[in-house]
Amino acid sequence: MAAPIIEIRNLQKWYSGVHALKNVSLDVYPNEALGLVGDNGAGKSTLINILSGTQKADAGEIKLEGQPVRFTTPRDAMNRGIETIYQYNSMVPTMSIARNIFIGREPLKASLFGVGILDQKRMRDDSVRAVADVDLHLRSPDALVGELSGGQRQGVAIARAMHFKSKVMILDEPTNHLSVKETKKVIGFVRSLKEQGITCIFISHNMHHVFECCDRVVAMARGEIVLDKRIEETSIDEISGIL
Amino acid sequence: MKRLMKIYLEKPELAAAVFLLLLLVVFQIRSDGVFLGAQNLRGMLGLLPEMGLVAIGVTLLMICGEFDLSVGSVFALTPMTMAVLLAAGMPFAPAFAAGLAVAALIGFINGFVTIRFAIPSFITTLGTLFVARSLTVVISGGFPPLLPPNALPKWLFTAYVGPGELFRMSFFWFVVIAILVTVLLSRTNFGNWVRATGGFLPAAQSMGIPTARVKIACFMLCSVLAGFAGTIQVMRLGAPLPSIGEGLELQAVAAAVIGGASLAGGIGTIAGGIIGAALIRVIDNGLVLSRVDANWFKMAIGLLTILAVVVNAWLSKRAKAIKVET
Repeated sequence: MAAPIIEIRNLQKWYSGVHALKNVSLDVYPNEALGLVGDNGAGKSTLINILSGTQKADAGEIKLEGQPVRFTTPRDAMNRGIETIYQYNSMVPTMSIARNIFIGREPLKASLFGVGILDQKRMRDDSVRAVADVDLHLRSPDALVGELSGGQRQGVAIARAMHFKSKVMILDEPTNHLSVKETKKVIGFVRSLKEQGITCIFISHNMHHVFECCDRVVAMARGEIVLDKRIEETSIDEISGIL
Repeated sequence: MKRLMKIYLEKPELAAAVFLLLLLVVFQIRSDGVFLGAQNLRGMLGLLPEMGLVAIGVTLLMICGEFDLSVGSVFALTPMTMAVLLAAGMPFAPAFAAGLAVAALIGFINGFVTIRFAIPSFITTLGTLFVARSLTVVISGGFPPLLPPNALPKWLFTAYVGPGELFRMSFFWFVVIAILVTVLLSRTNFGNWVRATGGFLPAAQSMGIPTARVKIACFMLCSVLAGFAGTIQVMRLGAPLPSIGEGLELQAVAAAVIGGASLAGGIGTIAGGIIGAALIRVIDNGLVLSRVDANWFKMAIGLLTILAVVVNAWLSKRAKAIKVET
């Protein structure tokens, strides 16, 4: 088996008295789709927040492609190729698709002290291409994200992550609040990540969604990993029983 | 066609612009042509920059999702600081810079306290409204300081220029600043961050935007613009009164809202704020010229503010209802 792209070793996290992560160790392999399941408060979100740079671990280490990393901001993680798509949607509804895709990573024509003039043509052209790459058909990059459906928004978020060549994509409850049809679409996106060679961590409450698009499933409960199996070797019943 | 209509309905400043044109026509007729006469235009264009500059800053800050009630007091404190230093014999340039530095400092305090202690900016700036006003009166000693003759470079800020001496210099400062801030908001990465920060804070944070710094920068810019506007007014009047700018903060908020800015942040344009400020000036002036009791002014502004928000909400609902293929 290939060397893991992410190695998590003995990660610990406390929140004022609550032991949210108890010595969690996990390997994620390149190009796999890993499903992360567990009840509310099981530690999934904490683990993901540490991986994406929004929280810091109290102890333990993370290696990315063999190198130890310590993210202090979400930008650190993004710069190293870990992109997270949150359940509440990482898009600003009052802004256009093109502007959303480039938030925080705007192409500039000229700049002074980090502030500069946007290259709007490039933003529009690149976003049209990025969106088309995930098989999402949107007519104008100038449409407001607030006008898109939930599934389309997740599609744009995924297009954004792919455009910036992320190696690992973390999807935190991407199918929440979506209709059946839209959910199908998002699961389609996750499957297509595999073809693009992107590693994916898919977090969901819905076991069916995980079994539809993941290679491996990891279940967490009370801050610990309680199950780690290939999809073929387990079943929804087994996991539900453990949780 | 539908697409075009949708685009226009989504422009929040559009309704205000249409209303402004309408009012210009009405007042022109009601005043028997005096309203748009050279004499009156001169007066209006001379006053507009002061309120317009404040409205630009307040609009920018509202788009960023925050709120500043202290602009009226900063409007008075900045020129008072300058005047006290001038009276003490300091040359104009450093005194002017010191005034603006005080404005910037208040803006920084507004932003820092709001973010560091996670309190609503409404409260922080309500506090600095009183603090800055009090400081203004204290440093003036209760009397406007006597300025040395020719201490103020009026030629640079308030002298009449242009064809028929129609404009004051302040109008050009206003236009240049309006263009600069518009470009900053719509054409730069910083503008993108401002809109993202005000539009949906968690998304902006998760995309790695330094939202605290963006907000503090907007607070400071807003404060400095208010201070600069107050300085222009003092140069126009020739004396630094400690009471100038009272009530201006609410008029500036009204201007921004009339121009389509949303209190919730993320929505609005600089042009909208300016149109809102122009509307307020036009109503103020037009009522007088139409021989209407000037005490109706506040009534008109109040009703207009509510009407603007209602109409904007209705328009954007209509715009959403127009389905075009996305």
